[in-house]
Amino acid sequence: MSIDLILFLVLALVAVATALGMLFSRNAVYSALFLVLNFATVAVFYVLLSAPFIALTQITVYAGAIMVLFLFVIMLLGAERLPASPALPWQRPLAIFLALVLIAETGYLLLFRQAVTATVSLPQTDVFGSPSQVGTALFNQYLLPFEVTSVLLLSAMVGVIVLTVRKKGERE
Amino acid sequence: MMAGTLPISYYLGLSALLFTLGVLGVLIRRNALVIFMSVELMLNAGNLAFVAFARMYDMLNGQIFVFFVMAVAAAEVAVGLALIVAIFKTKRSIDVDQMNSLKG
Repeated sequence: MSIDLILFLVLALVAVATALGMLFSRNAVYSALFLVLNFATVAVFYVLLSAPFIALTQITVYAGAIMVLFLFVIMLLGAERLPASPALPWQRPLAIFLALVLIAETGYLLLFRQAVTATVSLPQTDVFGSPSQVGTALFNQYLLPFEVTSVLLLSAMVGVIVLTVRKKGERE
Repeated sequence: MMAGTLPISYYLGLSALLFTLGVLGVLIRRNALVIFMSVELMLNAGNLAFVAFARMYDMLNGQIFVFFVMAVAAAEVAVGLALIVAIFKTKRSIDVDQMNSLKG
């Protein structure tokens, strides 16, 4: 079994498990957090499929902006109240231990493995799916759709403001 | 057809599975927010298929299309969540079974 296949299977397992967790958790907050993890896993798949630009867009737009919007609305509506669960007793020691492991790892890399950091070269710009290639295609072949997208986002923004603005004299 | 060292059909299978789970979420959940998240899951599964095909044919068009899908998804989420907030203001609930009248 090759390393690629193992990586794919583990990631696919995480993706499907988080999707199932999103479906079956009672609480919408947990659903949103499961979905964030799912989006992050799919972003790793994009990297594997040599689409690094799309992967980072996925993280910033989906896992960042869209899911923050979801969480914001869930909290705003207050429809889902988190039950006050007792704190896990082993959580704090485990967190301290993992933080120490991380510090030891980074210290080891910085102190003893300087050759790793010394030979970093600039990323190639002409490989398939690189940001420069995507940008060239976006601003040459797909310029009109790109501009239309801006109109779409503007109309969405206006629509949202019209939907949520409180009319004069209206009371909660 | 291979992407890297894996056949492209693996990614398509995973994409189909995620899409099915999204459909299942829309069908079984009654919470409007979770239904919305399931729609996002379906969009994401579609995007994965797009990127996989882009890799398979060595053409960037699929990746560009994913970019546009993300923009549309962002607009859709903003409007949809505003609708949910507006419905919650009048109905005090986001259960889709409660949304059975056109007048608020």
